[in-house]
Amino acid sequence: MTPTGYFLSHLWLIPLFPLATAALMLFFGKRLPNTGVSVLCVGSVGLSFVHAAGAVLQLLTADPEHRVAQQIMFEWLTPGPMQMTGGHAIRFVADWGFLLDPLSCVMVLVVTGVGFLIHVYSIGYMGHESGYYRFFGYMNLFMFAMLTLVLANNMLLMFVGWEGVGLCSYLLIGFYFLKKSASDAGKKAFIVNRIGDAGFILGILLTAVTLGTIRFTDQGLPDSSGYSGILQSLKSAVESGALGSGSHVLTAIALLLFVGAMGKSAQIPLYVWLPDAMEGPTPVSALIHAATMVTAGVYMVVRMNAIYQLAPFALDVVAVIGAITAIFAASMALVQNDIKKILAYSTISQLGYMFLALGVGAFAAGIFHLMTHAFFKALLFLGAGSVIHAMSGEQDIRKMGGLWDKIPNTAKTFGVATLAIAGIFPFAGFFSKDEILGSSFDRYRSLWFVGFITAGLTAFYMARLFFLTFFGYCRADEHTEKHIHESPRAMIVPLMILAGLSLIGGWIGWPSALGGENRFERFLEPVLTGVLAETGAVKIVHHALAKEIFLMLGSLAVAFVGIWLAYELYSSCRIAPELVAKKWPRLYQLLLHKYYVDEIYDAAIVDRTKDLGTGLGWLDANVIDGLGVNGAGWLARFGSTLSMWWDKWIIDGLLNFSAKMMQLLSYPVRLLQTGMFSSYAMLILVGLVVLLAYYGHHVQVLLRSVR
Amino acid sequence: MLPIENYLFLSLALFIIGVIGVVTRRNVIVVLMSIELILNAVNINLAAFSRLYGDVAGQVFALFIIADAAAEAAVALGIIIAFFRNRETVLEDEMDLLKW
Repeated sequence: MTPTGYFLSHLWLIPLFPLATAALMLFFGKRLPNTGVSVLCVGSVGLSFVHAAGAVLQLLTADPEHRVAQQIMFEWLTPGPMQMTGGHAIRFVADWGFLLDPLSCVMVLVVTGVGFLIHVYSIGYMGHESGYYRFFGYMNLFMFAMLTLVLANNMLLMFVGWEGVGLCSYLLIGFYFLKKSASDAGKKAFIVNRIGDAGFILGILLTAVTLGTIRFTDQGLPDSSGYSGILQSLKSAVESGALGSGSHVLTAIALLLFVGAMGKSAQIPLYVWLPDAMEGPTPVSALIHAATMVTAGVYMVVRMNAIYQLAPFALDVVAVIGAITAIFAASMALVQNDIKKILAYSTISQLGYMFLALGVGAFAAGIFHLMTHAFFKALLFLGAGSVIHAMSGEQDIRKMGGLWDKIPNTAKTFGVATLAIAGIFPFAGFFSKDEILGSSFDRYRSLWFVGFITAGLTAFYMARLFFLTFFGYCRADEHTEKHIHESPRAMIVPLMILAGLSLIGGWIGWPSALGGENRFERFLEPVLTGVLAETGAVKIVHHALAKEIFLMLGSLAVAFVGIWLAYELYSSCRIAPELVAKKWPRLYQLLLHKYYVDEIYDAAIVDRTKDLGTGLGWLDANVIDGLGVNGAGWLARFGSTLSMWWDKWIIDGLLNFSAKMMQLLSYPVRLLQTGMFSSYAMLILVGLVVLLAYYGHHVQVLLRSVR
Repeated sequence: MLPIENYLFLSLALFIIGVIGVVTRRNVIVVLMSIELILNAVNINLAAFSRLYGDVAGQVFALFIIADAAAEAAVALGIIIAFFRNRETVLEDEMDLLKW
């Protein structure tokens, strides 16, 4: 039975609320008072959350296999003919439609829920900033794009949201655009993401020509809708034998899509933009660069899990990249001193965990970790924001310390988040991380070991951050120290709610080994079945109880070792950190400079691009301008010189020559013309005499005849 | 009645005096007066021959020439006055505007 209800038939309202207020802010925000901006923007996200929660509750009333609601608003790209790889033409269509299934349920609740809390927090955090309306306008625009991304019912609409969140990320990283480093970081994020997006769009096109559709599924639609979904097309292609597990084209699609995920979710080698993205305001780091946007890649891979399940090679690539990213980023976090940078590397590392989970086929575990990570990482960032707020903008943990008594609420919630990310029982991180480690243990022992070490590193760097910030004596200067104060209530309440979620958020996935039912994975199971029963991902695996308990104890132990080491180094100071650094100077320098990856990219790509520009500039200046433009100019001048010479000497010369000749010929005639009429009279007289002399005879004859 | 030769000699003398005046004098007014002398020499000739042959046509011609001479003198004097206003001279060797 298809579920129905007000909220399910009004799915389109969920992204519309933030869009409306975003438009309002960007067009009229300047004239609104700050209170109005807060009420409108936070209220719209709250409304979205209410609608999302209502829709999820109504969906839950249905049987597990019918929990799909799909709604097509209109045909966005109208049907057009398209040639498929098989040679026959199909009618390609993309609609503007929304899909709510268990997977998007999780995402939409995380996005609106955590998003709402962060919006509330922002009221306190951004209260003194100029551009308040601009900040909330961008944040709401981001919410719209992110909700479009998670609710889209086809790949192209998802790509619209995907690009939208990228744009908002750019705008918000560069929120303090007068700061050079901030605007540079925004550009870096945007450009690095372009590389991934190119892969994503190629993946979409390849899917379209291979399967003939980009709609995820046609479940939840009336039968007459006419176009099948990816899931159904894939199923029929597999049944007819056209495609199968390990088909090259499916592997290509999966890898191309994963390139997109690498860009958005900051995986090696495209992770470099995320640490720089910390230039943005802290709520932005919490919302976009920890809880929601960076997990879009994970969501996308899980959304396309049917294809990934038929591409084992691509899955292995995902797992290896994820594991390497996890341990590399964690090792870089060990020695950082900027509180937000540590959290940024931690985010990259945790995203690597999620991809490790996806790569070993534990899609549900990846999404589970995505959710718990959204809770505790948002909490960590917001807590860090609260600390920075208290320290008058200081971000260097070497200049903090002893804050436990001064800002107790922040400190306690931060402590909860630290325990959660370190994976201590019974905090949220424990359950999700344990799921991932358990699944990878079954698939690849080596990857499990990498994850296991990463868990220890995570516990270590988080404990180091916690001890340096909140314990010991205060290393800030006097002026700053005097100003340390607890944050306003608008900031503390979201922290407390998130702390609660970080504690109990993992309990819905309580593993069967500890007497639970793992409801979370059962909830997600319908969307993860795939098309082949035998490859059908890793089903919820039931290990031998002893092995599972052993794995849990192992990860708990390594977490405690990490925390204990950090305690010895940074709190009790029984071991001096400087001595450790001196013992392995090379390793320390390598970590401190983040493996020189930025420098390598600069040298290998950025500088080469600049060289190319310089070369092209030289080409322009010398070849195009020199030969082309100046050559043409020279030629024109030469031609005109020639024609001028011709004009002057031949045309004018002929004219002058004829005039000279006239002058010469007229010389004797001119002598007669004296201008004096007495001489003319003389000439007349002479003429008369000559005439008379000549005709005198005739005159005589005439006279004689008269007589 | 005097023989025709007397009239012709008078006419010839007047004509020669007029031609010499036209050719030699610089003052344009004197030149104009000399031209009148030439014209009158012609008139005497015409009148003499008219009397000799008893044909009145010669005298009619003389009357036409007198009228013509009056008109010519009026025009010429007008030109001379206009010229004098411009150049303040009536000497013909200074009248060389037509010369190239």
